Amino acid sequence: MRNVLLIIAGLLLPGLCFGAGGGVTYPDDKIQIDWNDKAAMQRGARTFVNYCMGCHSAGYSRYNRVGADLGIPDELVQSELIFTTNAAGERTKVGELMKSNMTAQYGEKAFGIVPPDLSLVARSRGVNWLYNYMRGFYLDETREGIGVNNGVFANVGMPHVLAELQGLQIPKYASKPDGHGGEHEVIVGFDIIKPGSMSKSDYDKTIHDLVAFLDYVAEPYKQTRKNVGTGVIIFLLVFLVLAYMLKKEYWKDVH
Amino acid sequence: MSDNNNNSSGLLGWIDARFPLTKMFEEHLSKYYAPKNFNFWYFFGSLALLVLVIQIVTGIFLTMHYKPDGAQAFISVEYIMRDVDWGWLLRYLHSTGASAFFIVVYLHMFRALIYGSYQKPRELIWLFGMFIFLALMAEAFMGYLLPWGQMSYWGAQVIISLFGAIPVVGDDLTLWIRGDFVVSDATLNRFFALHVVAVPIVLLMLVVMHIIALHEVGSNNPDGVEIKKNKDANGIPLDGIPFHPYYSVKDLVGVVVFLILFSVVVFFMPEMGGYFLEHANFVPADQFKTPEHIAPVWYFTPFYAILRAVPDKLLGVIAMFSAIIVLFLLPWIDRGKVKSVRYRSTAFKLLLVMLVVSFLGLGYLGALAPNPTRTMFAQIFSAGYFGFFLGLWWISKNEATRPVPERVR
Repeated sequence: MRNVLLIIAGLLLPGLCFGAGGGVTYPDDKIQIDWNDKAAMQRGARTFVNYCMGCHSAGYSRYNRVGADLGIPDELVQSELIFTTNAAGERTKVGELMKSNMTAQYGEKAFGIVPPDLSLVARSRGVNWLYNYMRGFYLDETREGIGVNNGVFANVGMPHVLAELQGLQIPKYASKPDGHGGEHEVIVGFDIIKPGSMSKSDYDKTIHDLVAFLDYVAEPYKQTRKNVGTGVIIFLLVFLVLAYMLKKEYWKDVH
Repeated sequence: MSDNNNNSSGLLGWIDARFPLTKMFEEHLSKYYAPKNFNFWYFFGSLALLVLVIQIVTGIFLTMHYKPDGAQAFISVEYIMRDVDWGWLLRYLHSTGASAFFIVVYLHMFRALIYGSYQKPRELIWLFGMFIFLALMAEAFMGYLLPWGQMSYWGAQVIISLFGAIPVVGDDLTLWIRGDFVVSDATLNRFFALHVVAVPIVLLMLVVMHIIALHEVGSNNPDGVEIKKNKDANGIPLDGIPFHPYYSVKDLVGVVVFLILFSVVVFFMPEMGGYFLEHANFVPADQFKTPEHIAPVWYFTPFYAILRAVPDKLLGVIAMFSAIIVLFLLPWIDRGKVKSVRYRSTAFKLLLVMLVVSFLGLGYLGALAPNPTRTMFAQIFSAGYFGFFLGLWWISKNEATRPVPERVR
């Protein structure tokens, strides 16, 4: 049987190679999110409520849940993180969902598309994509109204909200083989033509923290799940030893 | 004291006089004699039962918080993930359980294949099992719509539209299934009803029949020898041991090993790299926005690849359904008398390898976007899949088998 399995494995290996690469995007960097770094997530939350929540919600998440998980007292959440109001015009309460004040109708009119809820964007797009997307805006005169395009998400309807931090940049192009015998122009870098209030490394760090917050808010229980899982598996391993000894004991008289 | 046939007294005696409790316990557990040579492959039957229980229990609790409503379904799932105590655990157990069910069932079916457990006198066990597989596919398909994500929605849209390929009644049939012109709130509601009530009832009934049929004829074993042929003076098979306690303690080991692997997925990789929970399903269903690439969940991909391998839509649908129907006919396709792969011909072993490679290959290709090379491979693997059954029918008539021992080893 073992031989058969080996043959099967050998026959399958070549099959793994025929997945082709996707489209070319720039930037294409990878990041690691440290779930123990609550300070980074707090800074990300601040960026999120200040710059993103004008249009985007994190509408499956509650303010006080974020506060409790990231170690921010309710009073601070109320004063520093909540800038939205309810239908009556009163400031949103800490127990409520993180919904933007922009209506769907307004969003549709302004951007041609309702700005999506970002509660789960880290799970649907992935943290690397977000990190690159937020650093990929460049000047593009052909884009009417917003004047920018994006190296990760071409012709996206979103303006460069963080331009005052990052500054404005233009792309550097180069020719690369397209894999079908031809050549095509791809973005290989950016030049800052009008600096923002932050250096490149500070801006990258701000985006890293924002993505850390989005990663947290996409699955607030991720850390709990891993902690519980470790306990469960340790329990099961002990149980396995006992179950195996029990089996051995019973099967002594089977020949 | 006792007024029943089991010589039991007290409360048990009172019950036994009115309900065959002791009798059933003995028939199905303590005096059900199973062959003593079960190996690794024999864990998957009891594991399938375990997963069924996990799915039913977690499903009941999910139903307490889930809302089968086009406007609220997606939100209610996220509500379960965030605001319901241990809701994330219920949801991950259920979503991982769905995939685990198919892994376990595919391995269980493969066991039947290599040891000839579908052969006479176990044809009905196999048929009940196949109906379980069919019910399971329906259950999984309808359950997958409920989170109401993009992949839920478009996956359902694509699969239901397949029925439209049926001549004459096709369009009316798809309309009847959806209850609307597109997958909508009406579809979600009926899938919910079928997923939580109708199909589970059918599934449980079939599982009971599967087990009753098994206990009527007795279990097969890796040697493919009928242990009932050699009995002692008391009529107990010489190579049989009582299921309880021997296999209950042995299966307990299998259960714990399974639960460890299951827990690794549930607690550390519930998305399983996008195969158990697909990335696009974290975006709410949007009937105006088709995802770039629609693929069914991994356990359907082998059949989906067969569908796509055929250029014509109707013929593709026929090929896909034939791939499942042909499994029902297995007891009659295999004309051989020797059950176990241990004593069957090299030709049989090669056919088996071809089937496994084809099935895994189809599963891999079915998850990817098609291109000419992949379609060609899908066609080769489809031919390999059906070739197994054709080849089996061909070689099993006069198969050069090795002598089967009288007793199990």
